Amino acid sequence: MIAFPSFPDRLETPGGQIGRPVNRVDGRLKVTGAARYAAEHTAPDLAHGYIVSSAIAKGRITRIDTSAALALPGVLAVFTHENRPDLAWFDRKWKDEDSPKGSPFRPLYDATISHSFQPVALVVAESFELARYAARLVKVDYAAEPHQTDLAAVHRDAFAPSKDKGGFQPPPRPRGDADRALVEAEVTVDCHYSQPAEYHNPMEMHASTVLYNDDGTLTIHDKIQGASNSQTYVCNVFNLPKSAVRVCSPFVGGAFGSGLRPQHQLFMAVLAATQLKRSVRVELSRPQMFSFGHRPRSLQRVALGAHRDGRLRTLIHEAVQETSQFENYVEIVVNWSGQQYKADTTRLDYRLARLDVYTPLDQRAPGAATGVNAIEMAMDELAYALEMDPIALRLKNHTDIDPNTGRPFSSKELRACFAQGAERFGWSRRNPVPRSMRQGRDLVGWGVAAGVWDAMQGQAEARAVLGLDGSLMVASATADIGTGTYTVMSQIAADVLGLPLEQVRFRLGDSALPTAPIEGGSWTVSSVGSAVKAVCDKVRDRLARAALTLEGRPFGTATADDLLFTDGCIQSRIDPAQRLPLTEVMREAGLFAIEETARSLPYLLQRARHTLGTHSAIFAEVRVDADLGTVRVSRIVSAVAAGRIINPKTAGSQILGAAVWGIGMALEEEALTDHRLGRVMNHDLAEYHVPVNPDVGTIDVIFVDEEDRVVNPLGAKGVGEIGIVGVAAAIGNAIFHATGVRVRELPFTVDKILAAGGP
Amino acid sequence: MRSFSYSRADSVDQALLGIAANGHGPAGTAAAVRFIAGGTNLLDLMKADVLRPSALVDINPLPLARIEDGPDGGLRLGALVTNADTAYDDRVQARYPLVSRAILAGASPQLRNMASNGGNLLQRTRCYYFYDTATPCNKRTPGSGCAALTGVNRIHAILGASEHCIAVHPSDFCVALAALDAVVQVRGSDGERSIPFADVHRLPGDTPHIDTCLNADEIITAIDLPRQGFARHFTYLKARDRTSYAFALVSAAVGLEIEAGTVRTARVALGGVAHKPWRDPAAEALLVGKPPTAETFAAVADVLLQGARGYGHNDFKIELARRVVVRALRDAAEREPS
Ligand SMILES: Cc1cc2nc3c(=O)[nH]c(=O)nc-3n(C[C@H](O)[C@H](O)[C@H](O)COP(=O)(O)OP(=O)(O)OC[C@H]3O[C@@H](n4cnc5c(N)ncnc54)[C@H](O)[C@@H]3O)c2cc1C
Repeated sequence: MIAFPSFPDRLETPGGQIGRPVNRVDGRLKVTGAARYAAEHTAPDLAHGYIVSSAIAKGRITRIDTSAALALPGVLAVFTHENRPDLAWFDRKWKDEDSPKGSPFRPLYDATISHSFQPVALVVAESFELARYAARLVKVDYAAEPHQTDLAAVHRDAFAPSKDKGGFQPPPRPRGDADRALVEAEVTVDCHYSQPAEYHNPMEMHASTVLYNDDGTLTIHDKIQGASNSQTYVCNVFNLPKSAVRVCSPFVGGAFGSGLRPQHQLFMAVLAATQLKRSVRVELSRPQMFSFGHRPRSLQRVALGAHRDGRLRTLIHEAVQETSQFENYVEIVVNWSGQQYKADTTRLDYRLARLDVYTPLDQRAPGAATGVNAIEMAMDELAYALEMDPIALRLKNHTDIDPNTGRPFSSKELRACFAQGAERFGWSRRNPVPRSMRQGRDLVGWGVAAGVWDAMQGQAEARAVLGLDGSLMVASATADIGTGTYTVMSQIAADVLGLPLEQVRFRLGDSALPTAPIEGGSWTVSSVGSAVKAVCDKVRDRLARAALTLEGRPFGTATADDLLFTDGCIQSRIDPAQRLPLTEVMREAGLFAIEETARSLPYLLQRARHTLGTHSAIFAEVRVDADLGTVRVSRIVSAVAAGRIINPKTAGSQILGAAVWGIGMALEEEALTDHRLGRVMNHDLAEYHVPVNPDVGTIDVIFVDEEDRVVNPLGAKGVGEIGIVGVAAAIGNAIFHATGVRVRELPFTVDKILAAGGP
Repeated sequence: MRSFSYSRADSVDQALLGIAANGHGPAGTAAAVRFIAGGTNLLDLMKADVLRPSALVDINPLPLARIEDGPDGGLRLGALVTNADTAYDDRVQARYPLVSRAILAGASPQLRNMASNGGNLLQRTRCYYFYDTATPCNKRTPGSGCAALTGVNRIHAILGASEHCIAVHPSDFCVALAALDAVVQVRGSDGERSIPFADVHRLPGDTPHIDTCLNADEIITAIDLPRQGFARHFTYLKARDRTSYAFALVSAAVGLEIEAGTVRTARVALGGVAHKPWRDPAAEALLVGKPPTAETFAAVADVLLQGARGYGHNDFKIELARRVVVRALRDAAEREPS
């Protein structure tokens, strides 16, 4: 069953579907409301759960009084740690595909409170409104204990984590004596950066609808970036066989990483459904969306020393991030700096500090969106210290060998990103002097930054069924969180088999389908796309074999290599007149359907010899009000090298959306924590600001040509994260260019700009 | 759910009866009976469990949705005219562009389509703690304390606050109304009264749960704009954390009457800085009889911000307010009639 990819499997010449800016195949369902999300499924016996959240950040529950809630007619049950059923005991059972090292949070497990907004009870009632009202009648008494939620207060106690999470690499060992080189370098910068905790806040709030079937099995509609992850979690925690639990998530209303791990509403809904033996839905409120994972707050230091000509003598990048008391959430923050720039000496350091918060969680470009901001702002500072163009400085330190590992990049068209981006942006017209460019009452600033992200791949399986009517159904248990998975997988399948796109259907978001990894890290096209290609290759082989052995030899002396799959037909390259529709080949060969499954594995050996990644150059123009210091981003050009682009439209949307998010990260996003209460206070979208339309000027996306023969058979790297990396840095650098003041603490709000002496 | 009675009133008298029938109850946050207009603030607060009325009287059918010529050459804005209809009304745009600009600087098109003029005046603060029932707040639960004083107070007051409350009134519309010396018409069981705008909203003092001087059984029927609309020299300037759909960090409504290079009348009201739109006659007096110059503008800002104090995160508002005042005055003075 395993299709070991080897080099001949590579997609050398796409057959026409790949690279086309196809509209989303699920677009119509979405805009007409026909696509149903987790909280939109229902059942005749559906009950509604509402979660009671902790008011304190740390301590113990001394008493829970549920009597007033239970006294209301229509309230079915109140679940707390006092009446919950027996649940799994070992930590192992509570882990999921994305768990870091530690002891996962167990909802309603005992009286301990480890973070504000922790779920402490679930009220289940006949209606949502009643459940919500009753939840307010649940009286919880606490014995509060002193808590700490401020990273700045504890960053000195930080520790160096080991390989505490899949995909995490601790920083490489130092090269040379970077600290000494810093003292000796001719030109230096040494700066501290801070980034706040940011919450994913997808438009769709987390929800789970658990349908309790007649036979006692569960069909669960969950908001998750991988249905199998939820299925395994539910089976482990509630000790259920896989056959009794099916998880569906065909549509996900945004997630950005917040759906990588099963969240507590899933636990709650399953708990209630299995206890009450009826269908239950639990949906989080917007404030409760601040009760779990988030991009961790970070404090960073970047120190750079350079020779007069701009070559880096030393590169020091240190970062401290928050994690919870119970898990070691880690992300790669500092390694990017060492990978992106070649310095004579390098020291990279990454630490964690424990706070009384929920465990952070991957959020679009986890780690890179933090660390690259710091190095890219520092590089800009160094460029000014050297009186050098910021692009020239980066090119001076460009490397095609990864200094962290000594291995070559499989491909790295970063220089082309700079060249094409600069051309489109008009960089050559930039006057480098701060405050030199004005328009009316605005100070105009132009800034640049580079971006980098991984090109990972995981194992994935896919199934394909080609019917006699020429319809192809391909399936894999992956997710489409708005990224365009349905569309690009359909394109890959159609491409391999030379079918019109309309004849292809791709299914995903169902734990009953062939296994796929959780959708995250920009590896879905690479992982699942390769499996789709592999399975379609197998179907094609079957068809080729059938065609070549048909009675009457309609393809003459042609061999399999001579056959072209195009327009629903097989055609000989030798004699184009030798051509038969796929369906006719099947009929004549007596094949009613062709069904294949395949699993794809990464090119492990080739990958191990290279560093793989996507790269980008981001150019930003800001307008800073010369009287008030308020900032607007009027223009962004993002030039991206990400291998082969399967669909420039959906890929372009990824980069566009990420640039918008980058604007929010630069100017607006911040969880404001009251450290005395240990609680995020701006927990709604009126006060937790993300960009609105007029915050966004024009955004230009360029995909730079890049050929990569190592990454996977498709040569495609994935574009989910790269678009956000470095955007905030480019904007920060543009603010400096406009105003002459450096703000090193995100977000760059007016208070900080004025405090720094601007505008 | 928490049940409440709901009735629709067809006349003002009926609305007042509806209130009276449910007993007056206490004023302020604890009021048990409330009028509902657009519901854009009231319903949110009910869902957040901040307000728990036992009865709602729907006033939308009342004949208060008209904009009419008012007494003395002014304009009368019905309490139930939506914020959007007010902002786009030809008369308002021509004669009171300050009002139009202020409304359009607030909320979003959807909200402005629902929000009523009366409801806008009586909207509650956006203080984080007021909205979060797990935290102390004197405005929500008198006597529980003010968590914002030493907590997250980036959006809080720098003027007129008390040790019991540092919340600000969030409206943009009201800042323009304060600058224009609007008059609010109300009717209660004891009859009608006209309230000068400056007296409508209160400072928090030690009763921060009471925002305004209106009694629970009083209904706003209209807002009267006086004749002088400052249609030539005006500005509404709003500094905020994003370009739209964000409350003011600091805003300023300015109206100037300038004759032959000399300021004859001046109005400056600040929003986002206090429990009510902030004006200071002494500051405005500095402008009168003088040419509009940068020095005078700076002096106006100094007087307006006399006694301003920050609580940590909001310290920057003092400097920002100074800049907003100077810029708004300059813009108003330089404005070319369109
Ligand atoms: C996300 C968001 C952003 C916003 N941004 C802004 C902004 O930037 N700037 C801004 O100014 N506003 C903003 N608003 C607030 C908005 O303007 C108010 O919610 C709206 O004006 C309230 O009007 P309403 O008719 O919906 O009032 P309702 O919610 O119906 O009522 C509010 C209060 O007024 C009382 N009331 C209503 N009408 C009368 C009457 N005629 N007589 C006596 N009492 C009455 C009600 O009893 C209630 O207590 C925002 C609101 C939201 C939700």
